[in-house]
Amino acid sequence: MDISLQQVSYAYAKDTPFEKRALYDVDLLIPSGSYQAIIGHTGSGKSTVLQHLNALLKPTEGVIRIGGTEVVAGKKNKKLREIRQKVGIVFQFPEHQLFDETVLKDIMFGPMNFGVPEEEARQRAIELVRLLGLPEEVMEKSPFDLSGGQMRRVAIAGVLAMNPEVLVLDEPTAGLDPRGRKEIMDLFYKLHIEKGLTTILVTHSMEDAARYADRIAIMHNGRCVLQGIPKEIFSDEDRLMDYRLELPQSIKFQKKLEEMMNKKLPSLCLTEEALAEELARLLKKEREI
Amino acid sequence: MLEKMIFGRYIPGDSFIHRLDARAKLIFVFFFIMVVFIANNWITYGILLVFTFLIIKLSKIRLYFLINGLKPVVFLIIFTFLLHLFFTREGPIILDWKFIKIYEEGLKQGIFISIRFTVLVILTSILTLTTTPISITDALEILLNPLKKWKLPVHELALMMSISLRFIPTLMDETDKIMKAQMARGSDMTTGNMKERMNAIVPLLIPLFVSAFKRAEDLATAMEVRGYRGGEGRTRYRKLEWALRDTLTLLTLVVLAVILVYFRN
Repeated sequence: MDISLQQVSYAYAKDTPFEKRALYDVDLLIPSGSYQAIIGHTGSGKSTVLQHLNALLKPTEGVIRIGGTEVVAGKKNKKLREIRQKVGIVFQFPEHQLFDETVLKDIMFGPMNFGVPEEEARQRAIELVRLLGLPEEVMEKSPFDLSGGQMRRVAIAGVLAMNPEVLVLDEPTAGLDPRGRKEIMDLFYKLHIEKGLTTILVTHSMEDAARYADRIAIMHNGRCVLQGIPKEIFSDEDRLMDYRLELPQSIKFQKKLEEMMNKKLPSLCLTEEALAEELARLLKKEREI
Repeated sequence: MLEKMIFGRYIPGDSFIHRLDARAKLIFVFFFIMVVFIANNWITYGILLVFTFLIIKLSKIRLYFLINGLKPVVFLIIFTFLLHLFFTREGPIILDWKFIKIYEEGLKQGIFISIRFTVLVILTSILTLTTTPISITDALEILLNPLKKWKLPVHELALMMSISLRFIPTLMDETDKIMKAQMARGSDMTTGNMKERMNAIVPLLIPLFVSAFKRAEDLATAMEVRGYRGGEGRTRYRKLEWALRDTLTLLTLVVLAVILVYFRN
């Protein structure tokens, strides 16, 4: 499902003294099957964009196309349910949305709302508990008895259980330990590849954006100021600084190294693995000479 | 949706009403509620409306915003209006259709009650819209202070009040967030019959309660850590100052009462 935003503007609490413009003329095209990262400083409008992606917020101006459905400013749309089934959102701190008696029931909540039969929903939930690496015995436990990390996984399972075609992630790993963080991000990437999902990741982590995304969009003060592939985006450090963003660790390291060795590596290394490979190649070459 | 709620919200500003001492405003609203009951005919209710309108103007709060925020109570107002319309049986009949009989007195009472309601709600809203929750509770604490003699835990009550006022917007935001998360999971709170809607509220209420209790616990810990010990000997950072304008404001209320008494039947 292609998703496109055209000239989308949004104001919170419109027509009250608390009115606050959050988005100005945002244009964004997310092709089907791509992994799009949206990065930006706190308060740049990332999360507001995200809530438009399944019509939880409707634009005050502009048009959003989600697959074949249009959400136009000021018009009612009857197909919202359909959109919400196809676009799954994992909100920030999704564990806050847990409520049911048992983990399984909570995971089944989403699919059953969309009319999936109970038995099938249960099967999906059991599979997801395994997929997310949760111990089997949690299935019949109350979600409130789990650890923070486990609750997060259950909540993510609750979104995945709807079998969305588009997965929207709002800082899905905030507050997790480094290992859990990597496990979950890798899992999302695996699902992205295996199921052909369109994935949209809103994040503060330049490393995650560099590692996983095909395309990156930068938000700044409610505008979408820059779009492109990661290598382009991270080649212009000055511009990133303007938007109060930083380079990923591996690229920072690469730049420092290039400066000290007075030598350029052939390409920009988006991940530590890529950097290690380039360095190994370089060292081997030097030894041969 | 929830962002339009105005109860318990404070709009920063610098109007005459904003600058009044919170104690004056509290006393004013308290006695105004009584004064409203003096009115009993068209002239006196008219005077009340004009008076309220003047206060709205003085507070510099946009009328549109105020009316928009009153939507939640409109239902209540209409309900009481209808009650009076149908159940007051005095004066000449003005409508007689099948089993429905409407009397002139009923219509009149219905309108009067609605005006009374609206005026009261608007005035109390203006109180909270123009006064920070902190100064409201400070004022309340000072005004209730004499009751300490009868072992009324005044400081604790004021503290409870300020904490609940403080958390209204937070809980609203929280509600909004959880509602969106559940809507994204296909829960639908706005359509369906009564039973479906009730069922859809459970996934909203449980997380809300859980987080409210967590917040309460965190707050209690934070207060304890900072050595909070309650009211005895506690000094204030912000002092309320009574000025001439506060006395004058209260005097207008006396004038209003006198005028109303003069014009009532």
